[in-house]
Amino acid sequence: MTIQFRNETFRNDFTYANSRSNIPRFPFPFPEDEYMYSTNMEPHMAMRAGSPFENAFDVDEHYVAEMQERALVLADDPGRCQALPHMETAGWDFLELVMVSKARDYPDLFTLSIDGDRWHWINKPLQINDRFTFGDRSTLPCHPMEYIGRQVQGDHAILDQRDGNLWLDAGIITAQADWSLDFDIGMNFFEWHAPVPLAHELGVFQRALKFLLSLPQGQPSRRLNWTLTVNPRLDTSPENYPKWGPDKLAVTPDNIGEKIHLRVELQTFWRLPRSNAIVFPIRTYLMAMNEVVTQPKWARRLHRVLRDLRPELVEYKGLSRYHPMLVEWLAQFDDGAPTSPGIFPD
Amino acid sequence: MSENLIEESIISRPTYGTLAIAPGLAHYFVADASGAECVIRVAQAAPKDFMEKVHILYVPTPGESALITALYALGAKRFEHMVSIDDAVAKLGQWLSEAKMGSQLYLAGTEGLIGKGVAMAEQCGLDHTAVHCEHRGSLARRVQCVHCKTMIEDVTTQPTKCPSCDLLLLVRDHYSRRLAAFQGVCINAEDPSEQVEIKEVFK
Repeated sequence: MTIQFRNETFRNDFTYANSRSNIPRFPFPFPEDEYMYSTNMEPHMAMRAGSPFENAFDVDEHYVAEMQERALVLADDPGRCQALPHMETAGWDFLELVMVSKARDYPDLFTLSIDGDRWHWINKPLQINDRFTFGDRSTLPCHPMEYIGRQVQGDHAILDQRDGNLWLDAGIITAQADWSLDFDIGMNFFEWHAPVPLAHELGVFQRALKFLLSLPQGQPSRRLNWTLTVNPRLDTSPENYPKWGPDKLAVTPDNIGEKIHLRVELQTFWRLPRSNAIVFPIRTYLMAMNEVVTQPKWARRLHRVLRDLRPELVEYKGLSRYHPMLVEWLAQFDDGAPTSPGIFPD
Repeated sequence: MSENLIEESIISRPTYGTLAIAPGLAHYFVADASGAECVIRVAQAAPKDFMEKVHILYVPTPGESALITALYALGAKRFEHMVSIDDAVAKLGQWLSEAKMGSQLYLAGTEGLIGKGVAMAEQCGLDHTAVHCEHRGSLARRVQCVHCKTMIEDVTTQPTKCPSCDLLLLVRDHYSRRLAAFQGVCINAEDPSEQVEIKEVFK
């Protein structure tokens, strides 16, 4: 299948949109009509052809535009890509994982030839054709994590494992839901999750850490996380909060369907072979409310989930200003009919 | 002995204990005026030969000399007083770079001093179990403006104005050991016309 890459923006004029055929493959994050935190991990195995779970690193119609957006963010703020000195081996591990996976899953888009430590990588959508020596930093234009991070959708954090904990010691983070790599780099698993309400008390992070510490090679896991974003803006960093914060005031009952986007993170977790680190891709998918409600099951369920969302989560996810308006708007799509289990549309 | 002034908060917000001697071959102390009494307390309770293994860096309040005299009188192997916390922590870095295995570090005083000392110890490769902290004195915070990355020292108000980018910052409890700073995030970014009362809360 050939992918038509869209020419679109995630800032200023916000021309981002999902084509009609892309809507049903959206990773809708609610398997039932209510939501509460859980350690909702499952094996990251190939499932459902055409879905974002089919391949290791999903490539979709937004690929080229997202990589252009990443380059803009990094040009403005190089601190969005940082690695502590001991993380170079993990960077090579990550580069290998992405190149091998993409060349296998999308042979018409990516090609990798390996001759000992001499590698040849062709990325057709981004028009990259590079030869380099695997493990030799001087043969790449930048840190291996940055090199491949500029060619793969989603933010990527690399976690070092030591002292029975995971340490956020490297990352390329340009499309984040309000957290700062520059501030959090070097923190352990509990520290960088410290601001999340309720979940610590529920033991979510203790269980997640225990699970991740024993994550085996070759058996990646995944989970979905979600929030809402005004406008299809990928860069909702705390650094730029003064730029995107005021967007929330522009939401009205008339424009809410196009302004508010369901923002879903497909998080996957991969053990890396040389460094024993974990790479943690956080792949963000955006879909306008008008697009979500084209699927009747999703419209009913989203209304129920948001209507019954715990106040602490409304606050933490930053939805307070428009939450009642959105629930009221979604109500028109909810006739009270039962919904089928699972996340996929009917 | 130590009154705990810090309310329970989120996990990244550090809490501190009470200094007591840990087994070690060398003992490094860094204190400011509010932490000096902790050093004196530990030294007075120590066995006879302890002070021969002790190195002290002290940051006095300008013009104060009584505590300098009292600390000097403890008879440490090395004692230096420095004009600022930054100078003391830089000197600590030099000392730790020559330190042997089995060294212990004791930090006593304001959070700014403790935070910078902890970050230096980490940079020098000292194991975190060898770093001991006791908080005394002001709860003033060192804050990083997340927007322009300016480090703001001795923040006592909530919110606080960034002297560099002029944004009004909510001082969060989220704390970075590496930066030795709390995070400051614009409090009225969504509606800049919103007026927020500034209160003195970190005393």
